[in-house]
Amino acid sequence: MSKQREPVKLVPVPNPNIIPERDADKSPILECRHLGIDFSGLTAVNDFNMAIGRTEIAGLIGPNGAGKTTVFNLLTKVYQPTRGTILLDGYETSKMTTAQINRLGIARTFQNIRLFNNLTVEDNVKLGLHNYINYGTLSGVLRLPKYWKAERIAHERALELLSIFDMENLADIKAGALPYGAQRRLEIVRALATNPSLLLLDEPAAGMNPSETAELMDNIVKIRDLFKIAILLIEHDMNLVMGICEGICVLNFGEVIAKGTPDEIKNNPAVIEAYLGKGK
Amino acid sequence: MSFLNFLISGISLGSIYAIIALGYTMVYGIAKMLNFAHGDVIMVGAYICFYAVFSFELPPIVGILMAIAVCTVLGIVIEKLAYKPLRSAPSLAVLITAIGVSYFLQNAAQLLWTSSPKVFPRFFNFGGQASVSFFGGQLSVSWTTIITIITCIIIMLALTWFTGKTKRGKAMRACSEDKGAAQLMGINVDATISMTFAIGSGLAAIAGVLLCSAYPTLVPTTGSMPGIKAFTAAVFGGIGSIPGALLGGLLLGIIEIMAKAYISTQLSDAIVFAVLIIVLLVKPAGLLGKRVNEKV
Repeated sequence: MSKQREPVKLVPVPNPNIIPERDADKSPILECRHLGIDFSGLTAVNDFNMAIGRTEIAGLIGPNGAGKTTVFNLLTKVYQPTRGTILLDGYETSKMTTAQINRLGIARTFQNIRLFNNLTVEDNVKLGLHNYINYGTLSGVLRLPKYWKAERIAHERALELLSIFDMENLADIKAGALPYGAQRRLEIVRALATNPSLLLLDEPAAGMNPSETAELMDNIVKIRDLFKIAILLIEHDMNLVMGICEGICVLNFGEVIAKGTPDEIKNNPAVIEAYLGKGK
Repeated sequence: MSFLNFLISGISLGSIYAIIALGYTMVYGIAKMLNFAHGDVIMVGAYICFYAVFSFELPPIVGILMAIAVCTVLGIVIEKLAYKPLRSAPSLAVLITAIGVSYFLQNAAQLLWTSSPKVFPRFFNFGGQASVSFFGGQLSVSWTTIITIITCIIIMLALTWFTGKTKRGKAMRACSEDKGAAQLMGINVDATISMTFAIGSGLAAIAGVLLCSAYPTLVPTTGSMPGIKAFTAAVFGGIGSIPGALLGGLLLGIIEIMAKAYISTQLSDAIVFAVLIIVLLVKPAGLLGKRVNEKV
């Protein structure tokens, strides 16, 4: 089992949002206000309010079909919200494209792994570094000194990032040939390469056994401490969520039914009802 | 010796097909659409070069560069105006639009440059000679042929380097695999698609000049048959694959010339397409294409 962690106190900033006390003196990295989306009349997410602190590990949970991945898609602009605003680091994101959102600081992984399977592990990470490798197309084709220098820096950075998960020795393998667990880890590395301030993890522990999950929990905390970033994760494994998340938001039928610390969520009657059904 | 001669002209014709096929295959790889207007971009490139060199009397190299520049811009404009608005439309709509763009270009060329054939004089002459002789005059190879083959080799090497080793090339491969994930890596997918069209159209201009140097009759429909043959070559080699385009192009060129030389000039096209059908029956994804196994 994983180590016991320090209890975290959540403080309201601004109402009705809550973030950990240590992040309270800085503005939240992400703020959603009355966020909602309809798909041809069907409301998938409604009145979603949430704030995430600069170094918070937050969890988004809820039964299947509650709209958790839809929230991720709204945050990354894969879907355009019907209502509400998203403030990323204080910037309004309504006019931005997915790629711009990424450059502004959100990176994510996917529920079903979406690596570039025909590219090597290193090239996958380098694609994450895409906007940090500086040389034009011409110096790339003509192999000018600028190209070699930028590529060498990218190569070193990629290996450094891969070393977080001890994956440097896999750098030259095609991503599609990696075992499942390594693919999940590579997705996290690739997302980190884009230099995010908020990392979205969509079911990072899906398909992992208990010892792999425990290792993943340690790694998520390690990433937060190392990069000083906020992490928002969707997960069904309650050991993971209760073990590392500081603030938890529970969705059901597209609406937030509870928010709070793991202890508060565990004992919340509305949450228990959503997961287990109404008692007689 | 005649066999060797035929083989060389086959490789030369095949090189032109390969350069055109690269445009089809790259655009298909990234935009998952068949750009049937690609053949007509070749024709536009040839006309630009023709007028630059023979009306404005610019040096041939300037004419070629102008053709490349105009076609590159044309490629980007076609993509922006005709295909981009249909990015999320069914692929049939895009296919029909591509056919429309193809006819538009042919008719625009007819209006601008009339349908009377232009004779594209040879401009690959070195030391006053149009060809070089080997083996004491038994084998004579034209400069056009030599330049075509060398150009094709240079283009292949540059493109392989570009897609394999540079960040924009890798972004292109990433977009062809998964546009959504590429976007979330901060890659500008629209710009990457534009760039692919630009490269493909620039190559089409080069192919246009080479084609008209070898077969010097230029009319507004000049591009359509080589375009279709090159598309065939791309499918033959495995559409979406760059080495496949080269292999398919070369094989198609050699088969066509050999069929013309040894079997029948009239039947050569029929033979080319018969070979295509047989190859696709045996290898449905083309020679170098990957079969995608759907996971269930």
